Amino acid sequence: MSQDPRAMSRRQLIRHAAWFGAAVGFSVVGGEVISHVAGTAAAERAHARPTLRFAQVSDSHIGFTGAPNPDVTATFRHAIDQINNLGYTPDFVIHTGDLTHLSSPDQFDQAKQMLSGLRTPHVFTVPGEHDSVDDAGQKYRSVFGAATQGDGWYSFDIAGVHVIALVNTLNLKKLGHLGVEQLEFVEKDVAGLSSDTPIIVISHIPLFAMYPDWGWGTDDATQALSYLRRFSSVTCLNGHVHQLFSQMEGNVTFYSGTTTAYPLPHPGDGPAPKPVTLPAGKLGDALGIREVSYTKGQTALALKEDKLQ
Amino acid sequence: MFRHHRVYIVLLAVSVLLLAGCSASRPNAQPSVTFGSNASGTPGMPGMSGMPSMTGAPPGAATGSSAAVAGDQVGIDNFAFAPATLTVKAGSTVTWTNHDEEPHTVAATDGSFHSPGMGTGATFSHTFPAAGKFDYVCSIHPMMHGTVVVTQ
Repeated sequence: MSQDPRAMSRRQLIRHAAWFGAAVGFSVVGGEVISHVAGTAAAERAHARPTLRFAQVSDSHIGFTGAPNPDVTATFRHAIDQINNLGYTPDFVIHTGDLTHLSSPDQFDQAKQMLSGLRTPHVFTVPGEHDSVDDAGQKYRSVFGAATQGDGWYSFDIAGVHVIALVNTLNLKKLGHLGVEQLEFVEKDVAGLSSDTPIIVISHIPLFAMYPDWGWGTDDATQALSYLRRFSSVTCLNGHVHQLFSQMEGNVTFYSGTTTAYPLPHPGDGPAPKPVTLPAGKLGDALGIREVSYTKGQTALALKEDKLQ
Repeated sequence: MFRHHRVYIVLLAVSVLLLAGCSASRPNAQPSVTFGSNASGTPGMPGMSGMPSMTGAPPGAATGSSAAVAGDQVGIDNFAFAPATLTVKAGSTVTWTNHDEEPHTVAATDGSFHSPGMGTGATFSHTFPAAGKFDYVCSIHPMMHGTVVVTQ
């Protein structure tokens, strides 16, 4: 490992941050990843409530019972408790999919009951492929799809930020897939927005090519992102990969979130994305929640990754 | 294209703790949410407003279909169907068994059969009455391919 922190990649930075478990706020400004904390300017800003602050939680896999995590209910409840004890009330909480492991009605019911324990005005969800195992997402939508469009997508505005929640877990050929109808939705959805509107895109499967051999990408995401090219701030948040990762492409920054259930291997580490069993006592280090905040006037969102603890 | 950028670590510390600590001194009104004009209502669900966390029901048992019967078997191990190509006689019943901790499905490309989500140890059986070549995938992990060749 280089001694010069300037030589770190973003990925290393994230690992670094996760390793220390420190409260590192990092933001991307003008192409530079800047970890800013407790410095003078940051401290000044810290006194003001951010324009928007929310939490992301993902991949809870209610119903999973394997050795990597014999009690996914407990770890999901732990994550919910941690969000409820952040010291502030998040403006909303987004669950980025794989609420359930096998899309059963019992699992959906339990996931909904648990999410209803979040202390926040709004809980939003997008489906994972585990939430649409055998019915193209019908059971998911019957529980979580009220007032959504198409196969469950929607958008909303909050505190001057435009949030688009997409469904890319249906009609899979190899990668995630949005489909023509949803692409048209995105195009129309942003058509009337000023280019300085901050955009947040939520999906389960990454919208960037994180590791296509394992299906960790979305085959028609480029088309969707082309409609967002004119915006100065575009942030994509996803789950699915059960690990932290970030990547920047042009004006878009992608952030994969971790899971509340069990880790998956790093890309290409082994033959398949099989759940990983960690040594006793280490599971919590791989699980977590994410805090996201936006302050008006800044291009980048600030993310903070919190381990379950 | 992924471009490398230099990374500056200014400081590692605890701004967010400061943030949390200081936020109480400010009014804490939550911003309102506005949904798109095409929305017919409110997506999402309300969170709770101050009650303690509730206890969820235990998870439902993973659904397993009937136990494997005598017939031709396909195992699912490490995100692969084995054998990837199985040849059987018309009228045979093929049974798939998932040995992975991940759930899988068996979904014919032509739509002629589609299993439910198969948890660990679950099986799915399908009878092939007539000759033909049937390609299938796991609809959750569509990089997993298999074929059943049915002969007379």
